[in-house]
Order: sequence, then structure tokens, then C-alpha cells
Amino acid sequence: MDYDTLKVVWWLIVGFYLTGFALTVGFDLGIAILLPWLGRSDGERRAMLATVMGTWEGNQVWLVTLGGVLFAVWPLVYGTLFSGPYLAIMALLFALLLRPAGFDFRDKLKSPQWRRFWDWALFVGGLMPAVLLGVLVGNLLLGLPFRFDEGLRLTYRGGFLDLLHPFALVCGLVTTGLLVLHGANFLQCRTLGPVCLRARTAAAVGAAVALVGMGLAALGLVGIDGYRIDAMPDPATVFSPLDKTVAATDGGWLANFWHHPWMIAAPLTAIGGTLAAAALARQFVPAAAFWCSGAALAATLLTVGFALYPFLVPSSLDPNSSLTLWDAAASPFTLKLVLACTLVFLPVVIAYTGWVYRVLWGPINTATLNEEG
Amino acid sequence: MVLSDSVVELSRLQFAITALYHFLFVPLTLGLSFLMAIMESVYVMTGLPVYKEMTKFWGKLFGINYALGVTTGLPLEFQFGSNWAYYAHYVGDVFGPLLAAEGLIAFFLESTFVGLFFLGWERLSRLQHLTVTWLLAIGGSLSALWILVANGWMQHPVGAEFNFDTLRMELTDFPAVFFNPVAQVKFVHTVAAGYTTGAMFVLGVSAWYLLQGKHLGIARRSFAIAASFGLASVLSVIVLGDESGYTAGETQKVKLAAIEAEWETEAPPAAFTLVGIPDDEAETTRYAVKIPYVLGLIATRSVDEEVLGIADLRQRARERIESGLIAYRALQDLHRDREDRNARALLAAHHQDLGYALLLKRYRDDILDATPEEIDRAARDSIPKVAPLFWTFRGMVFAGFAMLFIFAAAFYYCARRIAGQKRWLLKLAFYGIPLPWIASELGWFVAEYGRQPWTVSGVLPTFLSASGLQRGDVALTIAAFVGFYSVLLVVELFLMVRAVRQGPLPQP
Repeated sequence: MDYDTLKVVWWLIVGFYLTGFALTVGFDLGIAILLPWLGRSDGERRAMLATVMGTWEGNQVWLVTLGGVLFAVWPLVYGTLFSGPYLAIMALLFALLLRPAGFDFRDKLKSPQWRRFWDWALFVGGLMPAVLLGVLVGNLLLGLPFRFDEGLRLTYRGGFLDLLHPFALVCGLVTTGLLVLHGANFLQCRTLGPVCLRARTAAAVGAAVALVGMGLAALGLVGIDGYRIDAMPDPATVFSPLDKTVAATDGGWLANFWHHPWMIAAPLTAIGGTLAAAALARQFVPAAAFWCSGAALAATLLTVGFALYPFLVPSSLDPNSSLTLWDAAASPFTLKLVLACTLVFLPVVIAYTGWVYRVLWGPINTATLNEEG
Repeated sequence: MVLSDSVVELSRLQFAITALYHFLFVPLTLGLSFLMAIMESVYVMTGLPVYKEMTKFWGKLFGINYALGVTTGLPLEFQFGSNWAYYAHYVGDVFGPLLAAEGLIAFFLESTFVGLFFLGWERLSRLQHLTVTWLLAIGGSLSALWILVANGWMQHPVGAEFNFDTLRMELTDFPAVFFNPVAQVKFVHTVAAGYTTGAMFVLGVSAWYLLQGKHLGIARRSFAIAASFGLASVLSVIVLGDESGYTAGETQKVKLAAIEAEWETEAPPAAFTLVGIPDDEAETTRYAVKIPYVLGLIATRSVDEEVLGIADLRQRARERIESGLIAYRALQDLHRDREDRNARALLAAHHQDLGYALLLKRYRDDILDATPEEIDRAARDSIPKVAPLFWTFRGMVFAGFAMLFIFAAAFYYCARRIAGQKRWLLKLAFYGIPLPWIASELGWFVAEYGRQPWTVSGVLPTFLSASGLQRGDVALTIAAFVGFYSVLLVVELFLMVRAVRQGPLPQP
């Protein structure tokens, strides 16, 4: 496979890993956000947690593997994305760290205060990542304030508060709404009684929030600068990010949709999936609603990917330093190696994960939950 | 641009703290999961319910510990990007695939089946559940394999070359990286240390039950399994953790010389310094108690090979810095003129020393103008401090031999079926519970502090690897990690002690 084809293939595969993460960790986060609101008694909250108890750990590995894959195939993206907005990334990590203890320690003691504490810890561990991930995506679209020197050493000018641009916050609204919708749909598939009914309402609320966010984000996208490559070396060769010229253009992120109208299918699917998910939840078809909210999540990611293409991390400080899929890639050998590894092992992972879900599937009944769990 | 030392030091401190915390939980996960798999295998083979009860009981303790292993593991992966961005760029092409493989091949396996281990008892057949438990245990050990292959590459970087177009190290030979001798020794040493930790934990807790006269059925059987599994494990740790692994590559030799406070090269076979007080300033070991020949025999497995001393290693570093400067100059020439054949030839001849020239970056940016004094200082920097390594290594070895004694005695008395009557042994086993943790933490220190001043031996100095972060930001996250992890550790210890006191639940 040519190097330039390989680079595009990896853009697709990273997108696939990202989607895997969003679809699986997504409902875990959504359920954690809903925990204090839908579970009105300890038993109800236990039932909600039981829906993901056996599987959240495996789901989280999508994030871990995504991190490793980014490190391997786009080392500069990995370093820039995690060291630039340092405090935001750390806040995201700390929020995620609340989850293992929350899930595994909560039921070890019977004290109501103990359990309430972990319920709120799980809520924070769900809400903060949902918002922060959206804010980070928003900042990708806005461009991050970094530059490379000629030795490819990174300088980043900006603090945590600079990330809280209104457009980025709107993106946070989209992710939070979608994850609540997705989590609520999963809950409807696996619970009965009052929790299931309340989840149905939560799905409508999540969908509404996401749709409002999507509308505002679309307006925002017209108003913010996008970036465009003006000149670069042959994409089939190895080159450094500094070897290209990039210009900022008003509303530039819409250019791809303008030139390739078929790409509009992605935002349309995002909106349509969200609407369909809410409607199907209303009609008591939770499984279909769940797949629709999954499609909406995937399509939202794809929309962002299409808007940015071929950019991965644009730089607002020095547009030429922007990272694109052409200049951030690892060596051809490493790209092929990790590709082979993915093609061999990911289907196996998906197969045994499917088996585990099947074994653990079935509606959770509050009455059948034994205290020792 | 040279980073301020304080940011580098803070990022190092943060990595050390988070890694040491992580390593409180991981060895127990590794060992306990294997012991659970063994116990459950006995259950499936014999059908005796007591073994199922045992698996479930130790599994409960495993679960409490596992949660924190997961918690503390996540930041380690992300710190390579957040605090070590230049490292991520410089070696990501080699190091990244190993982490990706770890996620894909090992973590998915371990984490997907851990939930089923707990929730699958009623839903799976005996054989299916046993398979799940084994997959969980194997997944844990596989993740250790990948991360130690990655770590082994940092200790002894093979199978990669510097690419001057992309200004980074690139993978050229994957089998060389995977079968790196340092990595393989490290893997066996570290997983065996994990198995030892699990065995010591089970042995100690069972001994406590036996002393109290509680839960005898489970305690007696667990004690016996832990004694034999532990003895085999601790022997592997000692035999495969010896210093024969330290002869591959320059930095490993430096580490060995520092551990042994071998200031000057001795005539072979070198003597082993049992104990003494190493003095880094005067470069001598006071009150040294030496055993003739032993170091030479262990380290080189021969009577006529030398174990290089620090003075000679420093001289070699000086030569390599000078050779590295030739490579660095060639690199600059190539930047001006990519077709410069002479520069290409020089780079090809000296690229393996490029990293040594980078040690000078600590003193000046334009290292081609380095003075002889600066080269001297950089050569001095290439040797880590001796005293901390000397002591931590001896602490680790002492803990290892103490455990060997406990396991050997436990095994012997179990074989004679009188272990339960030897109260001194039971007490020793109980009070010996912290030993594997002491050994693991010290061992981590020996391996990683002993690699200084490098992140990747001879390739990339630590002080160049860090991200250009704000000092206050890193200080803040260190405080957050220490606070957060300490609270979690207290909670975990509380839950562990409580679960141990509660003991196995009677069969319903």
C-alpha cells in the first residue's frame, strides 16, 4: 500500500477507534450522569449501575487503546493534544478515575452516606468527561495555540480558561446531550418499571439538548476561522509539519461540504439519528432507539472529521505548524505493523466482547439484585 | 530551547509517584489472578465446593485491588503525551505500537473478562467460567509483557534508527524489539515478582486465619497452594533477576557498576561488595565488605571477562559524546544541503552516539561549541548517583531472600503436613506480607533511576524529553495525584482489611 493511501486508511481507522470509544464508554458516561436523577432509591440506583457493571471495564479499554494507537500512528498529535491543554486533559483523567472506585467500591458498604458519596462521584465522573470531550473537540475546530520550532519542539500558549470559548461550550452541550440520550436508551433496554420510564423522558431531554447544541454549533461553524493547506510536498513522501503552508479562512471548515456535497450526509445522519432515537424511545422501541443514538454519535464524530479533513490539530498560533494526516503520521513500517495488529486482533476483541454482552444480557430487576453483587 | 530544570524534575516526580502508586496494585493483580485460576482449576477437576469458595473469596480481594490498578494505570499512559511530549514525538514510532498492542491484545482481554469473572458464576458452565478466569489471568500477564517490552526498549534500544527527515527514531526491526534480551529478562523477572506478591498475600492472610483458628478449610488449602506457587515464583525472580541481564548495552553496564559501587574496573573476576558505604563525592566505598570473584561470576558468567568500573565507563561516555558531536554536525550540514554525501557518510558512521551529544544540551544550545569542561560535565552526568542505587538494590535483594526463606519453610512444613502447628512460621508469613511490595517498589527505583540520565538509554536524555509545561500546572497535578491516590489507598486498605476480617462467606 502506498504511504499516502496508508495515511488516509489510518485516518479512517482512528475514526473507527474513536467511534468505538464514543459508543461504548458513551453510554457508561450517560448512565453515570443520569444516576442521581433517575434513581430515586438505593435499589433503583443499584439497578442502573448493574446494567453496565460487568462491561464498563472492557469498554474503557477503547479509550486506552485509542491512546496507544494515537501514540503509535500520530505521535505528534498524541504529544500536542495531551500536553497543550494540559489542565483540561488532567481534569478529564481525574474525572475518569472516579469511575473504577465508584463502580467497584460503592456496594462494598451498606452505609447510605458512603453510597451517596460514590453516586455523586460517578455523576461527576460522567458529566465532566462528557462536557470536556466536547470542549476539546470544539477547540480542535477553533485551533489550538501551539507552534513547533525547527527541531519539532512544541510551544503552547494558553491556559485552561482559554479553552472555554462559547463555541467550545456549545460543543460540550452536543456531546453531553448525545451521551445522555445514548445512556438513557441503554437503560431502557435493560431496566423495567419506573427507572425505564424515567429514562424515556431523559432520552427526550438529552435529544433536545443535543439538537439545540447542534444548531448553535452549525451557526458557530460559519462564524469561526477554518484552515486550508495552500502548499505542501508530495503526500506520499515523509515530511515535517513545518514543510507546508496553511492559511486561515473565514468559514473554512464548511469548504469540504461545499466541494463534496455527499459529506452532508454525516451532519444529516447526526440530526436524523438524534430525532429518530427520541421518537423511537417514545414509541417504546428502546433497542432501535439505542442504535439510532449510536448512529448519531458516530455521525457527529464523522461530521467533525469531514470538516477538519485533512487537518487533525490545527494551530491558531502558527497555522503552518498545524498537524494534518499527511505530516503527523508515523513511519510506513509502523503504520503497517499497527494496521496488521488491528486487522488481526480487533475482530477477535469485538467477537469476545459480543459474547460477554450476550451472557450478561437481560433486563435488570431490582428484586433480583442480591446485596453481595 | 532548553526546558527549565524544575519543570523536568516535577514531571519526573509526577511520573515516579504515579508509577509507584500503580505498582502497589499491579503485582497483586498479576499474582492473585493466577492463584485464582489455579484454585478454580482444582475446583473444576475435583468438584470440591471449598475450592469454589476459595476462588470467590480471593476474587473478592482481587476485585478491590483491581479497581485501583485500573485507576492508577490510566494516567501512566496519558502522561507520555501530557508531560513527555517530546519523548512522544521522538520515539513514538517505536514505543507507541507497543502500547497500542498492549491495549488491543492484553487490556481488552483482561478487562472484558474481569466483569464476567464476578457476574458469571450463575450464567456460565464450570468449564466456561474457568476459561474466563484463565483469560483474565493471562490478559494481566500479557499486559505486563507488552509494557515491559516497551520498558526494555527504553533500557536497551534496539531495532530502531534515527531518521533525519522526521527528526525522530523509527522502528526498523520489530522482532528485535520484541525479543530484546533486556525486555525478556525484565518480563520474566517482573511477572514472577507479581506472582510472588500474590502468593505472599495469600500465604500471609491464610496464616493469619490459621493463627486465629478461623476459616481453617480455606486457609489451610490456600496456604499450601501459595507456598508452592510462591516458592516457584520467588526462585524465578531471583534466578532470572540476577545481574546477567546487565551486560547488554552501555546503560545497563553503567547501572550494574553503580549498583555494585564498582568505581574502578577490577581484574576479573571482580569481587562482589556485600555491603559498605558508597561515597559519590570521593568515589569510593568505605567499610566495604567484599566477597572475591562473585560479581564477575554472576555478571559475566565467566572468570576472565571484565566488569567495567565507573571511571572507565565515564571515559567511554566522553568518547561517545565527541563521536556524537560529529553526527550532530553532519545533521546540521544535511539540513543545509540534503545531498551532502560526506555528511551522510559521517552521520551513518556516528549516529549511534548522537544521543550522547544531546547530553550537552543541558549546558548550551549550540552544542558544537561545547568546551572540554562541558563535555566533562556531560560525561559525569552519564553516570547516575551510586548511593541510592547501591542501597535500594540491597534492600530489594534482602526482601527477596527473606521471602525465599518464608516460602521454603512454608513449603517444607506443608509437605510434612505440620505447617499449621508452626506458629513462628505463620507469624513470619503474616508479618512478611509487606515484603513483596517493598521489593517491587525498590526494584522499580533500581531499574528506572539506574537508567538516568536517559529516558531512552544513549538515545534521548531525560531533560530533553519533557513537555514545556508551566511549573505551577505540574505542581498542581502532583498535589492532586498525591491527594487523590492517598485517599483511594486508604479506602482500599480499609475495604481490604474489612473483607479479610469478614472472611469467606459460608456457602448459601
